[in-house]
Amino acid sequence: MNAAGAVGPAAVAAQVAAVVAGAPLLAGLMRQVRARLEGRAGPGIAQPWRDLRKLMRKEPITPVGTGPAFRTAPLLLVASTAVVAALMPLASTATPAGVRSDLILVVALLALGTVALALAGLDTGTAFGGMGASREMTVAALVEPTILLAVFALSIPAGSTNLAAIVSGGIHDSARLASPAGLLATAALAVAVLAETGRLPVDNPATHLELTMVHEAMVLEYAGPDLALVELGAHMRLTVLLGLLASLAAPWGIATTASAAAVALGLVLFAVKVALLGAALAAAEVFWAKLRLFRIPELLAGSFLLALLAVTASYFLTGE
Amino acid sequence: MTATLTARTVVDADLAQLPGRAAELLLDGHRLALVAAHHDGPGAPGGRAVRVVYLFVSGPPDTRTELHVRLDADAPELPTLARLSFPGGRFEREMRDLYGIVPLDHPLPHRLVRHFHWPRGWYPMAPDAGPPPPFAESEGPYPFLEVEGDGVYEIPVGPVHAGLIEPGHFRFSVVGETIIKLKARLWFVHKGVEKLFEGRTPERGLPLAERVSGDTAVGHALAYCLAVEEAAGLGVSDDARRARALLLELERLHNHVADLGALCNDVGHGILNAQTQRVREHLLRLNQEVTGHRLLRGGVVLGGSELLCVPTAARLRAVGDDIRSIVTLALGHTTVRDRFTGTARLRPEAARDLGCLGYAARASGLPGDARISHPAYDDYGAALTVPVHTTGDVLARFLVRAEETDVSLALAEHLADGLSAGRAVARPPRSGLAEPGSGVGIVEGWRGTITTRVETGPEGTLRRVKIADPSFFNWPALPVALADTIVPDFPLANKSFNLSYAGNDL
Repeated sequence: MNAAGAVGPAAVAAQVAAVVAGAPLLAGLMRQVRARLEGRAGPGIAQPWRDLRKLMRKEPITPVGTGPAFRTAPLLLVASTAVVAALMPLASTATPAGVRSDLILVVALLALGTVALALAGLDTGTAFGGMGASREMTVAALVEPTILLAVFALSIPAGSTNLAAIVSGGIHDSARLASPAGLLATAALAVAVLAETGRLPVDNPATHLELTMVHEAMVLEYAGPDLALVELGAHMRLTVLLGLLASLAAPWGIATTASAAAVALGLVLFAVKVALLGAALAAAEVFWAKLRLFRIPELLAGSFLLALLAVTASYFLTGE
Repeated sequence: MTATLTARTVVDADLAQLPGRAAELLLDGHRLALVAAHHDGPGAPGGRAVRVVYLFVSGPPDTRTELHVRLDADAPELPTLARLSFPGGRFEREMRDLYGIVPLDHPLPHRLVRHFHWPRGWYPMAPDAGPPPPFAESEGPYPFLEVEGDGVYEIPVGPVHAGLIEPGHFRFSVVGETIIKLKARLWFVHKGVEKLFEGRTPERGLPLAERVSGDTAVGHALAYCLAVEEAAGLGVSDDARRARALLLELERLHNHVADLGALCNDVGHGILNAQTQRVREHLLRLNQEVTGHRLLRGGVVLGGSELLCVPTAARLRAVGDDIRSIVTLALGHTTVRDRFTGTARLRPEAARDLGCLGYAARASGLPGDARISHPAYDDYGAALTVPVHTTGDVLARFLVRAEETDVSLALAEHLADGLSAGRAVARPPRSGLAEPGSGVGIVEGWRGTITTRVETGPEGTLRRVKIADPSFFNWPALPVALADTIVPDFPLANKSFNLSYAGNDL
């Protein structure tokens, strides 16, 4: 009992550690996949970690006239994402945090990070900060409802908005995942994840053109350790959102019991699933181009519609 | 056989007659290619004066008419031509900033070249200007026009940018994401190139001409050489002129290919950029083999040309196949095509009024091309066609470039056939050109028509070299095309024009 009692908290810690340590590697992997597909050598998957190390060693600089919003945003972003990593059933559903992993709480925590950065962008008082914040909020306002609605569609068969309950329901009743509602919700969620993490075709994470940026424009004023935190936070968000997608669409392997071996297996499978998803996303991005800014709402409205259909389908087709 | 030198009509005009004569020439289908000011010393025919030369050109047939007016050397003033010709108004502003020549009754009398920290009363092109003095009593502030209204905000960008590009400051007045007004402030890179030419021998002027704009080494070197050769009465052999035409096409190729890829990259489709970079590298290595320099420096020499080798048809065809498949992929991609279509439209009337040149003009329905209107070489064969599109958007500028690369490859193949490596200089350029003279070189560089006018002094040295890069004519088109475009499309629109900062600001 004691051993089993210790596995739960250990699983939570392992999830957070895996996300923090693995997120830059995931970003590196995605860049490497893209580079290889474009015929470039690429810097290797550890490059984001090397970048973070370099930034961490620099002296912290904040622009004149910025206030607490600017200074606290990087910490808030990383902290809120770390809490999401702890709450979500990424490797195990049987964790002490699992009972609190409410869907609405998770989406709210993700939104908290977005809002913190947008406020920081506004706090700098520069045209780019304001421009980026305005664009990011436009995208966020369209994305958050989609995420909510998509996961809500998946929660209907489980009868709970608790993510752990939804995921363990999926493990025990795989038919749910292949149901029209499950597929529609997964598709909607996938588009929302692209927008939320600033990937193509919504935002171009590799651009140097400041006028086209969405996410990067908000954080232009950050430097040194603060920039390292912002970058780490962005990598972690990508990891947890891909993890959420993987847990909901392909929950197999996630530990449902508090056994150390199952949690270890769950962690390994989590890493493999996220790496595969990331590589697939990076490969797909090679074939995509960035949409015109005013077309992004059309794309996101489409994904919202898919989520709405998923909810409708889960009511009508399952007859629950 | 030597080339027949193009006749230039030189008319000494009265100051009062100037606007009338200019209006006649413009109505007659000429365009104002260049305006250059000169300080004539007491020994010059006509005595001490500030002499301004207006060069009007049209073609075909190749017609070049110069109006010369003489101004008071101590208080130079002239009637403005800004109402007749938009480029004329800009040349006048440039002269006022560099020479202190006052255009009377100019409708847009703002400073052009002079930044606010330039010392008051110091004119760099004056004969007694000397080295630049330290920044002193400034000309005073030069505020941007403020657009007022509900929700209008300003985005200042540059002059230092995030990428490796030249310096320029852009001030956007924006509502939401829509650009209401864009003001581009350039002239951060004034190097005094025209002043540096003064007093050099023509041979020592050539390296300077090659470096006016790094990506246009052949275009500027050729325009300079044509002008000096005309001034000195130097004939150039057919082979040398053929080799020069080939070099010009090789320059067009590597620049257009880079732009095609950069346009794809700016809409986030990086893989096509990676592929065009590969093709461009092939072309640059070919350049290295042909001239010994990746950017084709050293190929055009005074009185002739120098080729280390001649590109083979097989290599040119392989490059052509690569470029065509890249272009097909880009145009077949729905998002890329959607981003290009309708973005930053430059209407044909606007392009004509502004005096646009090169692919920017040809994408807006103006078929001007100096290879046809002012040919420096006449055996282009059937391969020379001028692609023209009329929509004036980014797509049109992309398509014009894509089609021009095809034409250039065909031309390069045609020109290379029958050329052999080696130095082809008809007569060794004399170190001292006997008499003072003047000459004009007009060349269709990859970016557009380059006009260079040269005056040589009694010892054969360069007395005055005036260079008009197509960017000088095309820069004002960018803000016009951007009206009602959204801010995130600006980099794409800017790249589709791809204007030179260095060539604009000598």
